[in-house]
Amino acid sequence: MKTDATGGPDAATQDVTPLVQLVAPDGSRTADPEHAAYRERVAHLAPADLRAMYRDMVLTRRFDDESTALQRQGELALFAQGRGQEAAQVGSAHALAPQDHVFPSYREHGVLHVRGVDPVDRLRLFRGEDHGGWDPAEHNVQLYTLVIGSHALHAAGYAMGVQRDGLVGTGDAARDTAVVTYFGDGATAQGDVSEALVFAAVNNAPLVLFCQNNQWAISEPTSRQARGPLYRRGEGFGVPGVRVDGNDVLACYAVMADALERARSGGGPTFVEAYTYRMGAHTTSDDPTRYRERAEEDYWRRRDPIDRLAALLRSEGEWDEEWAADVEAEAEALGERLRTEVRALGAPPTTAMFDHVYATPHATVDEERAWLAEYESDLTEGAR
Amino acid sequence: MSTATEQTTEQTTAQSERTTRTLTFAKAITEGLRASLESDDHVMVMGEDVGRLGGVFRVTDGLQKDFGEARVVDTPLAESGIVGSAIGLALRGYRPVCEIQFDGFVFPAFDQITTQLAKMHYRSRGRLQVPVVIRIPYGGGIGAVEHHSESPEALFAHTAGLRVVTPSTPQDAYDMIRAAVASPDPVVFFEPKGRYWSKGEVDLAAAPAEGILDRARVARAGTDVTLVAYGPTVATALKAADELAAEGTSAEVVDLRAVSPIDFPTVVDSVRRTGRCVVVHEAPVFHGVGGEVAARVTEEAFYSLQAPVLRVGGFHAPYPVAKLEHDYLPSVERVLDAVDRSLAY
Ligand SMILES: Cc1ncc(C[n+]2csc(CCOP(=O)(O)OP(=O)(O)O)c2C)c(N)n1
Ligand SMILES: [Mg+2]
Repeated sequence: MKTDATGGPDAATQDVTPLVQLVAPDGSRTADPEHAAYRERVAHLAPADLRAMYRDMVLTRRFDDESTALQRQGELALFAQGRGQEAAQVGSAHALAPQDHVFPSYREHGVLHVRGVDPVDRLRLFRGEDHGGWDPAEHNVQLYTLVIGSHALHAAGYAMGVQRDGLVGTGDAARDTAVVTYFGDGATAQGDVSEALVFAAVNNAPLVLFCQNNQWAISEPTSRQARGPLYRRGEGFGVPGVRVDGNDVLACYAVMADALERARSGGGPTFVEAYTYRMGAHTTSDDPTRYRERAEEDYWRRRDPIDRLAALLRSEGEWDEEWAADVEAEAEALGERLRTEVRALGAPPTTAMFDHVYATPHATVDEERAWLAEYESDLTEGAR
Repeated sequence: MSTATEQTTEQTTAQSERTTRTLTFAKAITEGLRASLESDDHVMVMGEDVGRLGGVFRVTDGLQKDFGEARVVDTPLAESGIVGSAIGLALRGYRPVCEIQFDGFVFPAFDQITTQLAKMHYRSRGRLQVPVVIRIPYGGGIGAVEHHSESPEALFAHTAGLRVVTPSTPQDAYDMIRAAVASPDPVVFFEPKGRYWSKGEVDLAAAPAEGILDRARVARAGTDVTLVAYGPTVATALKAADELAAEGTSAEVVDLRAVSPIDFPTVVDSVRRTGRCVVVHEAPVFHGVGGEVAARVTEEAFYSLQAPVLRVGGFHAPYPVAKLEHDYLPSVERVLDAVDRSLAY
């Protein structure tokens, strides 16, 4: 990524306007008349709502730090951190209704937290203990998808199903349903993501394509994926786009609320680009010092989304030390729970690998299961 | 006084001694790619993260620095795009070597590989050549998450027109990648990622053996049973052969090198001598390469066989979670178990 002297995006090559921003990095509310409609969207949020977002962001970060530590200790096979993307994830997820449906990629720990997916279950995949880890029906959150971009099409199809079920444009807020798919800047290069735009567009499906442009796809900067701004990606397909400051939790909430309402009311799909930054490594296997500058990381550290919301709460006199200490204690407890419960997750029994290959039993699978079971019991008896 | 010929021989020996180095499997491929990039300026390396990062397994480490961004290219994150554009580059006279980051991520490119790449030479009646190499780290045992441990070689082997090959030693890795780049045919080059960090002596000066992509290799000679393996399971078969030797059974190990097309004469010749055959691969046994080997051996060496050809490999289930992968993968013990059954038949 090309950066200027401060480590920030180089203005000559990366025009980040327009950018929906409701809270500036220093924590003050912006007054841009162009974004008045988005300000309307957050007008009803009470201090308690902002504090709830803050809490969710802090817990998401603790989940991240704790999981990274567990991987270092050999308790997880791999972990993909979301550090720096908490505002994009928590803000957008706060705008969801319970009946809305989420198709995540693999870094959306903040979204899953807000939806209520259990934190231990979220780590089963990363522990190499389960390929999924939770019941998608329980919180309307599909499983993580590791094959970049494929789930965007599933989301488009799911949205088409919602539409066929007559759950779009009824005017009943408890029934109208939207579908969201989360993916990264790198994923926009995949054919599947373009095809998702095509299918969502021609069907006018109730879909929000939420792209977290965290500037990097492993070692490749966004400039290796696209020459134009990502938020305009949908235009040619007939899908309007908007770019939001992904480190501004209120702006992410507002833009998402807007896109969701459009989807639920029958207005069709929206492409959202949340302009943010992957503050950590791609995964615990990655070493970003090989491909990016320290100055860039420092620039973004000064734009930490959690600090920004804290600054807003402070400047509006809504910061309360006792409450902040409670959040900290809650984060501590989450860490403690992860440390104990993740370690306690055993391994599934060997023959579990044959479970659910098909919905109905078949001799081919049954024979192999029986063979392996017998083979392993012979082994433990020391037959050979 | 030595003759001129003797002097030359002496010099070559001295040179090749200097050029023999201990390399990891991964570095042997790096060096093979380097040699190919040096010898033909139409060779390119392209893929996700292959440039500055040097690939997630560092196989292309240093190549962009040495050959520039035009020849070692960080592509957009799109496998169909990587292979499809490589076909176009090849039609224009380039020799692209594409890296697919992991086995499970080749499938967005499956259409380009099977409907286009494999058939271009055939449908143009030989007028077009598409010398594209597709490198794919494959196989399990590294404790990874889903889609990072699979062995999809049979899916490609079933498509005529592709050469599907996989080295098992650093020397073969170095020789075979150079042969793959030089091949006029498209080559799907499977790299056993679990072996990337294993080390071996590599002679960097020797030209690759003529027809190395066509010929299987007898990795160990033996008389009682033939173990047919390739890629990651050659090491497993060799370990099994060691244990069998200690028990008084002499196992021959044949390393296929190419799983499509297959060098059947080398396999059949071995089984004619040993009378027994066990095929070992990580991929599921069901509809796997072992089935083809077993059928051909049965057809061509029926009267030499003392036991049915047995297969050891993965199960008819998706690649399991990392916690269970060592029960899924063919272990030395499972090879020995199969050999016991063959001997007891
Ligand atoms: C089809 C496919 N190709 C390659 C990969 C390997 N891979 C995993 S993550 C990643 C980069 C993704 O970047 P981006 O879409 O920006 O998401 P981010 O990781 O930044 O959240 C790559 C290349 C993959 N998982 N799937
Ligand atoms: Mg990214």
